[in-house]
Amino acid sequence: MKRFTALYAAIDQTTKTSAKVAALAAYFEAAPEADRLWTIALFSGRRPRRAITTTKLRVWAAERAGIPLWLFEESYPIVGDLAETIALVLPPPGRSHERSLTGWIAYLRALDGAEEEARRAAVLDAWDQMDAAERLVFNKLLTGGFRVGISRKLMTRALGLATGQDEAALAHRLMGDWTPDSTTYRQLIEAPDAEAAQSRPYPFCLAYGIEEGPATLGAPENWRAEWKWDGIRAQVIARGGAHFVWSRGEELMTDRFPEFAHAADFLPGGTVLDGEIVAWDGAAPLPFNDLQKRIGRKSVPKTLLKSAPVILLAYDLLEENGEDLRALPFAERRARMDALMGALPKDAPIRPSPLIGFDEWEALAEIRSTARDMRAEGVMLKSAASPYHAGRKKGDWWKWKLDPLTIDAVMIYAQQGSGRRANLFTDFTFAVWNGNYLVPFAKAYSGLTDAEFRQITAWVRRNTQERFGPVRQVKPEHVFEIAFEGIAPSPRHKSGVALRFPRMKRWRHDKPLQEAASLDDLHEMLRQFG
Amino acid sequence: MVLQFKPQGIYCPAGDFHIDPWRPVDRALITHGHADHARPGHRRYLATDIAGPVMRHRLGEIDLDSIRYGEERRIGGATVSFHPAGHIPGSAQVRVEVGGEIWVVSGDYKTVPDALSTPFEPVKCHSFITECTFGLPVFTWPSETDAAREINAWWAANAAAGRFSLLGAYSLGKAQRVMSLLDADIAPILTHGAVENTNDILRAQGFDLPRTLHVTPDLKPKDHPGAMVIAPPGALGSEWARRFRPASTGFASGWMRMRGVRRRRSVDRGFVVSDHADWAGLNVAIKATGAENIYATHGYTDIFARWLRSEGYNAEALKTEFTGEALDAEGAE
Repeated sequence: MKRFTALYAAIDQTTKTSAKVAALAAYFEAAPEADRLWTIALFSGRRPRRAITTTKLRVWAAERAGIPLWLFEESYPIVGDLAETIALVLPPPGRSHERSLTGWIAYLRALDGAEEEARRAAVLDAWDQMDAAERLVFNKLLTGGFRVGISRKLMTRALGLATGQDEAALAHRLMGDWTPDSTTYRQLIEAPDAEAAQSRPYPFCLAYGIEEGPATLGAPENWRAEWKWDGIRAQVIARGGAHFVWSRGEELMTDRFPEFAHAADFLPGGTVLDGEIVAWDGAAPLPFNDLQKRIGRKSVPKTLLKSAPVILLAYDLLEENGEDLRALPFAERRARMDALMGALPKDAPIRPSPLIGFDEWEALAEIRSTARDMRAEGVMLKSAASPYHAGRKKGDWWKWKLDPLTIDAVMIYAQQGSGRRANLFTDFTFAVWNGNYLVPFAKAYSGLTDAEFRQITAWVRRNTQERFGPVRQVKPEHVFEIAFEGIAPSPRHKSGVALRFPRMKRWRHDKPLQEAASLDDLHEMLRQFG
Repeated sequence: MVLQFKPQGIYCPAGDFHIDPWRPVDRALITHGHADHARPGHRRYLATDIAGPVMRHRLGEIDLDSIRYGEERRIGGATVSFHPAGHIPGSAQVRVEVGGEIWVVSGDYKTVPDALSTPFEPVKCHSFITECTFGLPVFTWPSETDAAREINAWWAANAAAGRFSLLGAYSLGKAQRVMSLLDADIAPILTHGAVENTNDILRAQGFDLPRTLHVTPDLKPKDHPGAMVIAPPGALGSEWARRFRPASTGFASGWMRMRGVRRRRSVDRGFVVSDHADWAGLNVAIKATGAENIYATHGYTDIFARWLRSEGYNAEALKTEFTGEALDAEGAE
């Protein structure tokens, strides 16, 4: 654990990517294989099952620190991280230990099913053997979530450095639903493994936004355009008589979308499609709001399958007859995909996302402006010659989104952020006028600069009218332009609407409070764009 | 009441004076020279003889009377005296006695001694107005030795790798405190003008500071490989700092106890060095005054006052314009 804690500190103590990768590569060379495997798992979001509820951890930490629970609870939002708050309030350790990372994880897992008193004693005993840095890591194991400024991409690069293996091949190996229990370091990183390979998706190729429009991309004939759908990015895999549906966040969603249950029947073996899952009304996508009802459900009731059936709008073919096509030019992959789509039965829940024909960029701009009518967010531009990159790479794929909808709203509640934004007011609730009342309709926490967040934080501290736990009601004074991607009716919200991706576009210092928008304005937007 | 809380700041009716007032007043008693306590525009100032020179430097031509620690002075119907607060050189708590009732205004204070400031002394009183910048149980400071070891290890590793060490520390107090922790054998210590101005004043007063080199336009960084560069936090990301490359950056503050704040600062290293009392320090100091009534100013005042009430004090939170060791204001102290 000391080695892992040192790694954690080394990564945490630098803002330089090269230094982080170097620290991680050195760790992968030196650590025992079991620890390496757990490290890969933790840094790719695979954490051990939570053995103890965070409620219990808070109570035990406050007891051990000799402070009342309310004081612990007040301190937590200020620190912005539970694992860290616990590490900071505990008294210095009484002794030290030599247990490894894997050893501590096993220690925690052994508590599964143990009596509460035994678990409490074990956790307190563990805390008493660790310094503050180790406690933070240990508490992170307990509470889950290992976000330390190491992206998967950086971890893969470090692993490549340490093992001498190709980064893209490693990225592919790390995909899928393996756990440290289902594999070993050797199996995962070094040995060929047919069984894991069967379900494994490819790393998704991601696009950058193109704010200024496509004029600088060169000749339009070298590019292909598609609608940018507002759904769930997914790979549908048919291999060896089985099928798998993966999200971009590498979540296996096969059971969530039973519509694809027969995919293996109509897709030839060794097929991987990339596309967007959308709720479908038979001719066009339904609003994202309908798809939302399907997300987060492990099993889907029949009524929902009827009212919001999904399909895959496919836009890329990554594997055909078991052959990896990713190195081929996009135009060729697309041609192969279209041929494959032509052979599908009419009622198959998979359709090609149509290519948009255009000769000039101006013509495409015109078409893009109708995206909302198509229930799309804008258009995608893909270089005809582009391979299917692993991850985000600038140059070949671009998303050209519509300008967001905007509305001027009044800030009425503020809450402190967490992590790097702890102790700063960054989470705000916005309202519009309904007569003389302000009706809350959206929460937003991004879009301002650090300097603006500091400025508003100082203002919030001076202008708090009332507190509700961590939430502060502030004097209605500041108007912000709120940008969002879509609007839908919502009986659960006071305002009757729910926004998609609301964020602060601009702090309207120039706008008087009374000139913020009204509830009528909001409902008019719902009528027009909902 | 011996002291009252007015829009101008803390006021003593019996002596007709204010303590660390925020708006211009006739007579101001100043606990120490930091900008949120020693403001311009008052007609008459009273501060300790040790705090005087820095205040003159910062506030220009002011009518400043000075007083020694422990010396009693009669102002109108009040008797006042200044007592060491351990915050920065010359910092004081102000004791005010009227008709046998004693109030103490802590100013900013630190209970653990350092190499430069006169060590904190508890003062018995009935009512204590205490700062609580770090009034949460998560704030615990490492010992002076541990802090020094950590900073010097960072510096030595940087020097060995051919990097400069760029350390952000407020120009009055923190910068000199950090300098007193440095192992001057590692490499030269360079200073930003704002820091060096304060150094000059303190040296002239007889404070023993390590040798430093003022970074002037004609100083060539490459003549001082591995140097420790001490600058106000605001200068760290500026054009000024860019001449020192490659460099590792650090920031010395009590706030560095929290990872989130450290990451927001975008510095490589955060060192927990504060001129304020930590959680234990505040609690010990308050107990030592023997006061029944506690007023909490600047910091987590609501939470801290609630804690004190649960410990049996009459405690309330005060609204102030003091910022203490400000978390996000770039120039503040």
